[in-house]
This record gives sequence, structure tokens and C-alpha cells, in this order.
Amino acid sequence: MNLTLRVWRQQHESDEGRMNTYLARDISPDMSFLEMLDIVNEELTLQGEEPIAFDSDCREGICGMCGIVINGIPHGPDRGATACQLHMRWFKDGDTITIEPWRAKAFPVIKDLVVNRSAFDTIIQAGGYVSVSTGAAPEANSVPVGKETAERALDAAACIGCGACVAVCPNASAMLFMSAKVMHLGVLPQGQPEREQRVARMIETHDSLGFGSCTNIGECSAVCPAEISMETIAFMNRDLIASRIGRGTEPA
Amino acid sequence: MARLTKSAATQEVTLDSKAPSGPIEERWDHRRFELKLVNPTNKRKYRIIMVGSGLAGGSAAASLSELGYNVDVFCYQDSPRRAHSIAAQGGINAAKNYRNDGDSIFRLFYDTVKGGDFRSRESNVYRLAQVSVDIIDQCVAQGVPFAREYGGLLDTRSFGGAQVSRTFYARGQTGQQLLLGAYQALERQIAAGTVKMHTRHEMLDLVVVDGRARGIVTRDMVTGEIETHMADAVVLGSGGYGNVFYLSTNAMGCNATAIWRAHKKGALFGNPCFTQIHPTCIPVTGDHQSKLTLMSESLRNDGRVWVPKKMGDNRPPHQIPEEERDYFLERKYPSFGNLVPRDVASRNAKEVCDQGRGVGPGGRGVYLDFADAINRLGKSVIRERYGNLFDMYSRITGENPYEVPMRIYPAVHYTMGGLWVDYQLMSTIPGLFVIGEANFSDHGANRLGASALMQGLADGYFILPYTIGDFLATVGANPLSPAEVPEAQEAEAGVRAQIDRLLSLKGKRTVDDIHRDLGHVMWDYCGMARSDAGLRKALDRIPELRQEFWQGVTVPGVNESLNQSLEKAGRVADFLELAELMCIDALHRTESCGGHFREESQTPDGEALRDDVHFSYVAAWEYTGNLADPRLHKEPLSFEYVHPTQRSYK
Repeated sequence: MNLTLRVWRQQHESDEGRMNTYLARDISPDMSFLEMLDIVNEELTLQGEEPIAFDSDCREGICGMCGIVINGIPHGPDRGATACQLHMRWFKDGDTITIEPWRAKAFPVIKDLVVNRSAFDTIIQAGGYVSVSTGAAPEANSVPVGKETAERALDAAACIGCGACVAVCPNASAMLFMSAKVMHLGVLPQGQPEREQRVARMIETHDSLGFGSCTNIGECSAVCPAEISMETIAFMNRDLIASRIGRGTEPA
Repeated sequence: MARLTKSAATQEVTLDSKAPSGPIEERWDHRRFELKLVNPTNKRKYRIIMVGSGLAGGSAAASLSELGYNVDVFCYQDSPRRAHSIAAQGGINAAKNYRNDGDSIFRLFYDTVKGGDFRSRESNVYRLAQVSVDIIDQCVAQGVPFAREYGGLLDTRSFGGAQVSRTFYARGQTGQQLLLGAYQALERQIAAGTVKMHTRHEMLDLVVVDGRARGIVTRDMVTGEIETHMADAVVLGSGGYGNVFYLSTNAMGCNATAIWRAHKKGALFGNPCFTQIHPTCIPVTGDHQSKLTLMSESLRNDGRVWVPKKMGDNRPPHQIPEEERDYFLERKYPSFGNLVPRDVASRNAKEVCDQGRGVGPGGRGVYLDFADAINRLGKSVIRERYGNLFDMYSRITGENPYEVPMRIYPAVHYTMGGLWVDYQLMSTIPGLFVIGEANFSDHGANRLGASALMQGLADGYFILPYTIGDFLATVGANPLSPAEVPEAQEAEAGVRAQIDRLLSLKGKRTVDDIHRDLGHVMWDYCGMARSDAGLRKALDRIPELRQEFWQGVTVPGVNESLNQSLEKAGRVADFLELAELMCIDALHRTESCGGHFREESQTPDGEALRDDVHFSYVAAWEYTGNLADPRLHKEPLSFEYVHPTQRSYK
């Protein structure tokens, strides 16, 4: 199939940027979306033009490196999939596809479709861990964790840190990313001792980095390739209240 | 530090592993006691460079920083959480014996030495098995959400090459969860101020001063700035070199540049031809393919591998009756069945495809069928065990594996070879340590499933933090600045010259185009089956490809900007050199062992036939300045505990 691509090009962070149009020819439905971009880039290279810069690494949906907005939707139309897992059988001959970078104040564009997501690391630094130094761990089976608890933790821990939630949010909020970590550690016994400081410090850091507030719109969860649930945000808000006013007699 | 000594008897250069002697179960304990310690208050006077932030690099950097050292960590991705360890699916081995099924440290050691086809170092493997149990404790304490049983205790599953259930897992995302554990520990140390993280930085050379590794030259991939960083020791945890083959299950950015540049600065390269071809990957669909996707080996627990008995049988799978199917692994290996080690499973898949019985486009595939398991256990159990893998498969192929058998084919997945290190994980350059997949150490000629995560974390959490202290205590803290070291300026000048040269290339081919050609050569002649004639062809072709690269490619853009074409060109230039060393190594090793299958050396029924008399050694190659003529050093391997036998999984 042949496609028309409208692609965001931007030389560097302070460049104004613009949409350019390219043709993608002889695209097979078995290609991934990024392989289609590879082919366009090969052509651009041979014409002596700079190829379109975009991030990608594992190309199997787990590293979280790729992230582009395809026809207005982060990662494109295939729900629960990253851009690298999106295949061209989702498109048809003659389609025009618009491709843009994540757009959020906290994620400045580095070049073309590549953005700086180091703010996510900064949020984790604020408390997204259990303070256990190497060697200090007790025997693994000494603390039982119910199967359902482990599954809930893993549902939240599945977040790949790609930033689609921020890109789609009208407030450019990173609540889903942050709450996924808060819930992952918050449901496990290992995460209890730091539970309340964790949420307070992470939220404070989040706000200071230029992310917006959450207004429970839910688009984040709808585009999340790891299908992180909005329940994580509710969980985090409960922890936040507990950290401010205390948990009282309510069970943890 | 003279570790290369001429042996009078053979006039061959032999290498000393510095492995301890004595009862194997006491060796690591004894060595740990012998190792010099750095006083806690002195640790902050030392600076350590860590290249790579995966399971090995991330866990080591966090642990070293917790001890009090200053650590500079470099990774090419935008965050340490992206390292390709994240894509490991199946699990991590540990000799916990929670199943009461007869597992033990000795059995894990035994299985790993045997699985590696007797080409690994016994002392290292035993230590690996010993610390495996501590790894699980550490990860659980970090909050890694391993799979649990209803009673709340840890669940395990069995994996290829083992008859006990010792693999701990978190759905099909074990690598992700373990990496996030290490990443979170690392981020905690970054917040504490003892780790400085340098993301989107690529190491382009090693700085060696007075024979000691003292720093690295990096390129800031956003600004193009070339920087030299100095330290008291340098650690490479930069992963494997499977991308030599162009198509592999590695991430797009995985590269050999850090280890290759260190090799050219004097570090010996161990067993470069030992590569692992993983049996369960999604087959190639066309030339556009940029990478291959692995389906976890754990699928072989419930999936049955088969092809039609008849050649050229093009019927859809459900129309092929049971008696016309060949479950070739179950037929040939009744005791291990579908769970034979990876090298055996891969080679058998190739064999049935070569016989014209392969399925799918081009006949390069075999079925992995879940129909029996779904009938026996129900769809929901299968979904719980493998749901995300099934989803991934259907996304890529457009087929539903609950209804139609998966099609799989082997693909390059892991490299057992890497920089040679001694028992203390130090390379032949003093002060240069190498951990995880980047070193050659523990897997011999074939890695067992769920052992890569174990080795990466063993090196990072529990081995390097001790052994590097011994080195640092010996040499003392001695800060250097690049300005006072001519070797640093020379290395920097060399890096700049290479970048200028690459950017001046304005030929008619793209870097990917040459890389693809290199991949075909390596897959055809240095892949699942290797022969004298084929390897010689490859050795003719690779220098030509190098010439075509340096004369014929075009590299657009400038250095002073994010330039992915330039990054790729530098990596492929190194692959084009490393490929030659792999073929030289494969050609010299005329035996078959593990994943290294020489067609000339097989048993009557087609299994890998080792030649212990001539090849029971690690081949460690020295760069001589001439790529076609590296110098061979040998580390003899002795087996005191696991007696070498012909591996049998029948």
C-alpha cells in the first residue's frame, strides 16, 4: 500500500518545528509502524536528507522507549499496544497518517519525534523504591504475599514508563505513571514502611516538574499500552489523604 | 599484573583464571575472606565508571554506591529503565528447592556446566549457583512482584535443560520486573547523590593509562559533545553482540562498541563464536524486518512442537491428522521432550525445515501447538500462564494462537562469548571489569533458560562489589583529570577522527543496507551450523563488506545534534570488525559444542560432538592491529566435579 505521512520535524528544542509531508510507498501489511518509518528514512538518507528522528529500542512493546502520536492517539489505534507493536494492517492504501511527538511541558522535544522524559526518572527518585540495600534482605519466603495481592501489584508494576498517559492528558498530568508505582509498592508488604512518605514526596516532585493535575478524565488509561487501570489513581489519592491526615483505624 | 604467561611446555600463551582451588563449595567463601577491603570511610574517595544500566550494570552501580563509592553510570537510552534486560520474559533460576523436587546448589551448578557443554569454568558456575538464592531474597525485598501460590509463597516453573522446577517468574515479564527493581535501587542512589547518571551517552573508547583502565571517552548523543571521564576503575555491563547478525531478538540499539573498543585497547575477547540461537521466535516475514521477537521458552512447558511428516504438506494445521504429524522433539528426546536445551531445539527445527517439512512462508517455521494443553487445562489457565505472549504473537502475526498453532523459528538471542574475565570479573586490562552478558564467563557454549538474569544480577549484586574492592584497595585512590593525561587526549582525538570520517562518507548505500548484508553472511555461515568452507567464505566476504562500508555508505547530518545515522554507523563499523573475529574463532574450533555446531563434528545421530582432547579451553583472542590475524590465548578448563560426557537429553 501507499501512504501519505505528515510528520513533525524539529531540529532542536528551541526550533519552532513544522509538519512535513512524505510518501511511504509499497508498504506491506506485515510491517510494524516503525519498520514503515525505517523505510521512509532509508529513502530520505539516500536522497541526502536527514532521516526522521524517533526513539525505539526493544521493538517488542516492553522497554517504553518508543512513543509517537499517530493520528492524534499516542501509540496509534491498537489498544494496549505500543507504536512498535502497531502493524500496518491497521491502515489501508491511500491513508494519510499524522505523526507527532509527545507534547507536554515536562517532556521537551529534543529533535523531531524524540522527547526528553527524564522527569519520569526524577519522580521515581522521589520515592518510587523500597529502601533495601544489597545484602539486607530476609529469606524470600519469610514474608508471604497473597496471590491476589501479587497479581494486583504486578498489574500496576507492568507500567513501561513510555509517557503516553502524559501525552494524551489535556492537563499533561503524570498521575497514571506515578500512581502505578505507588500502588505497585503500596499493596506489597515490602512497601509499607515508606508508604506514606512515598506518595507525599512523589506528588510534590511531580507538581514541581511541570506536570498538570489529574481531573479524572481517563484518557491516560485508555491509551496505556500496559493497560494500567484508573484504580491506581484512586489508590494513590487514598494514600495521599492518609499521608496528610493519618490513616486512623481504617485498615491499610 | 602480568597475567599472560608463556607456558614452557607448550610455548602457547596460557591464561590464569585466578580461580581458587580446594573444595568447590568453599572456594568463594575463602576468596571473599582473602579479598582486601576498602575502609568504609575511604570508599568515597574512589570513583567507578559503569557502562550500561541493565541487570548487571544497574544492580552493580546501586550496590557499589550503597557501599559508599562514587559511581558514574552511562547508558545510550533515555533512562536506565530501558536496558534490554527488560525484555527477558521467562524467569530467573535459583537453587531454593522450594518444590522439594531434589534441587540443590550442586544440581544447579551441574545442570549449568552440562548445559554449557563443558566449556565454562567450574569455580564460576558454582559461585553463580550459590548466590542464586540471595538474588531471589534481594529482589523480593525490593518489591519485585514474583508469581505466588495461593498460600502466598513463591511459585516456580520448569525451564529448558532442567528436570526440576527452579525458575521464578513474574508472568512473561520477569526481566522487566527484575530490571525495575535494580532501576529503582539505582534511582534511590541517584537521589542520594552518590550515583551520577549520564543518559543518552555512548562510550566510544577506553582510556588506558600505564596499563590500567582509567576512563572512557563518550559522546553526548543529544549535543554531540565528546567528553572524557576518569575514574579508579571502569566496569562494562554493556550487554551482548547479537546484533552482529542484523536480525536478532536484541533491541535496536544493542551494540558491541564498548567491549570492542576495549578489546582493541588490549582486553582479550573470550569465545567470540559462542552465540545462542533461541528456538522459539516469530518467523521472519520479509526484508523489511528490523528485529525478531522472542516467544518465551516457558511456552515449551505446555506447547508441543511439530511439523508434518510429509515434505511439502501445505494443508492448514487442523487438517493434518495426528498420525501425520511429527512431534520431532518428543520422538527424539523422550525424557526431555519439548524441554531440551535451546541449542538442541534450534538445531532440530532447522533440520526438519532443511528436509522441506517446515511450515509457513518460505518453509522456515515449525508449529508450537497448545491444543492439547488447552483441552487438558482449559483456555483460562493457558491465558493466565501465557496471556501476554499470546497477545504479542497475535499482534505481530495477525493469527490467534488459541485457535491456530503458533509458528516459530530460531533466532539469534544471546552471546555467551564476550570479554575474557578472571574469577574476579576483571579483564586482561587491570582495572577494567566486565559483567553480565558483556563478559564470556558462566554459560560455556550454551546458556540454559532463565540463567541470563541470574548471572547479570549475581555479578552486579553479589560478586563485583567484593572483587572490585580488592582491586581498589590494592591500587589506592588516585584521581586523575583528563587534561593531565596524554592517553586521554589521544583517545579523544581518535574518537573525533572516527566521527569526522563517518560523517564524510557520502556514498550510495545506507548503513542498514550493509548491516543487512553482514547479517546474511553471519546467519548463513556462522549461525546454527558452521563448516570450514562456509566460514572461509565469510572470512573472504567480511573484509569486502568493510570496504564497501567505508567507501560506499552515506551518513547524513552533523555531529552537533541528535544523529541516529551517525550512532548506527559507528556501531556497524564495529560489528564489521567483530564479525571477522567470530568467524576466525568458529573456524579454529573444529569441534562442535553447545550452540557452536561444526558440521564436520557430529555424532552418528547428528548431535554436537565435542573434542575434549583438543578444545577443552577458553579461546581468548588478542587484538594485534591486524583484524585477520588475532593472537590466541588459551585458558585450559579442568572439570573436577562434573565429568565431561556426551550430553544426552534422550
